[in-house]
Amino acid sequence: MIWDWSYVVEIIPALLSGLLVTIRITIFSVALALSGGLFLALLQLSPVRLMAVPARGIIEFVRSTPLLVQLYFLFFVLPDIGIVMSPEITGILGLGLHFSAYTAEVYRAGIQGVAQGQYEAAKALNLSPYWTFRSIVLPQAVTSILPALGNYSLSMFKETSLLISISVIELLGTAEHLAYDTYKYFEPLTMVGMLFFCVTYPTSLFLRWLERWLARKMGKAT
Amino acid sequence: MEQIPEYLRILWSGVGVTISVTLYASVVTIIAATLGGLGRLSPHFWVRSIAGTYIEVFRGTSALVQMFWIFFALPLAGIELTPMQAGVLALGLNVGAYGAEIVRAGILSVPIGQFEAGKALNLSKRDIYCFVIARQAIQIMMPPFNNLFITLMKGTSLVSLITLADLTFRSAYLRADTGQSTLILTLTLFIYLGISIVITIIMRYLGRLVAYPGSHGGAAAK
Repeated sequence: MIWDWSYVVEIIPALLSGLLVTIRITIFSVALALSGGLFLALLQLSPVRLMAVPARGIIEFVRSTPLLVQLYFLFFVLPDIGIVMSPEITGILGLGLHFSAYTAEVYRAGIQGVAQGQYEAAKALNLSPYWTFRSIVLPQAVTSILPALGNYSLSMFKETSLLISISVIELLGTAEHLAYDTYKYFEPLTMVGMLFFCVTYPTSLFLRWLERWLARKMGKAT
Repeated sequence: MEQIPEYLRILWSGVGVTISVTLYASVVTIIAATLGGLGRLSPHFWVRSIAGTYIEVFRGTSALVQMFWIFFALPLAGIELTPMQAGVLALGLNVGAYGAEIVRAGILSVPIGQFEAGKALNLSKRDIYCFVIARQAIQIMMPPFNNLFITLMKGTSLVSLITLADLTFRSAYLRADTGQSTLILTLTLFIYLGISIVITIIMRYLGRLVAYPGSHGGAAAK
């Protein structure tokens, strides 16, 4: 086995454009997961049982079943009921919904972690429940859970590779296509691993730093 | 609808593979997590670096990328593995890297006073680690390991992409054969949900088994 540098140089442009697709999918699905998770968390914390119980059920169900099968479900069942979407949109929807169930738990922990005194202070200032939540509870909750949300976003970036199963040509898919043509798997797949690592490792270092920084800052505030 | 028993019979034949992969990979996970977690706490720089590198590399890319690399790229370096071996190895090492952090955090969460108390009672270092520290750390690690094993079990669906006939694989074939996407994929999701519930029940039982009567972790393991 010889590592073929000229082959690596040849496939780099294709892999980089695959990486761009991966990043594009990540951005949209993270946006979906961050908003969907907040929505699910609010439903779950609602005092109305008719909202809280189904939300709880959806979260548990999504967390207990594989993303891959959920992707197949969206990919094959939605067209049957007349909703036709491109594989990429289906993938974004699948990833976003799957991780909504995870971010919902993070939001819930964040919201429940806001000190009771903050609610009382808001009440004393005569703020409406809506403004109490929007300007007092949510900013504090989101700040404390920023690192956790960042980590899930990072997971989503890595998990986009699963979209290969519903024929999206992202980074891993690009490598597989290159390998099909040349029968040389070693270089493309190794490069995929390295490209992923080049993005995830610095990001995870940053998130760890952010976590420590926030802990220090919030520690001082209280 | 009257074909449901027949469908279930075919899906069931994949459940065996899913469970075997889960079991084998969890053995790899436990070994890797223990070595990785202890390695990170080692007083020797080299042991810490090796454990740290293992954890960062396997957490830096997705299990699917690692599985493809082991299955498609490694044979070109002369290491040929069966789909089962490749799947078990990739999943076990990937999930083990996350487990290593649980092991590390679990050990660090045992108060230092426990170590000192063991010393005061003239226990040998080995006895302190095995019967005082590990005993309490394991109890603390049980709930996060439950989540980890569920993640692992869901991850086994990826082996279907390297030709192993697990539940997801059977389901995809059956779906293509019959065109009954909604029915078959719903059945599949519920079977996975069932396996997740069984894992949680087993882990709760084990959690009670390792809990000290009336201890803190006893409550956490519930």
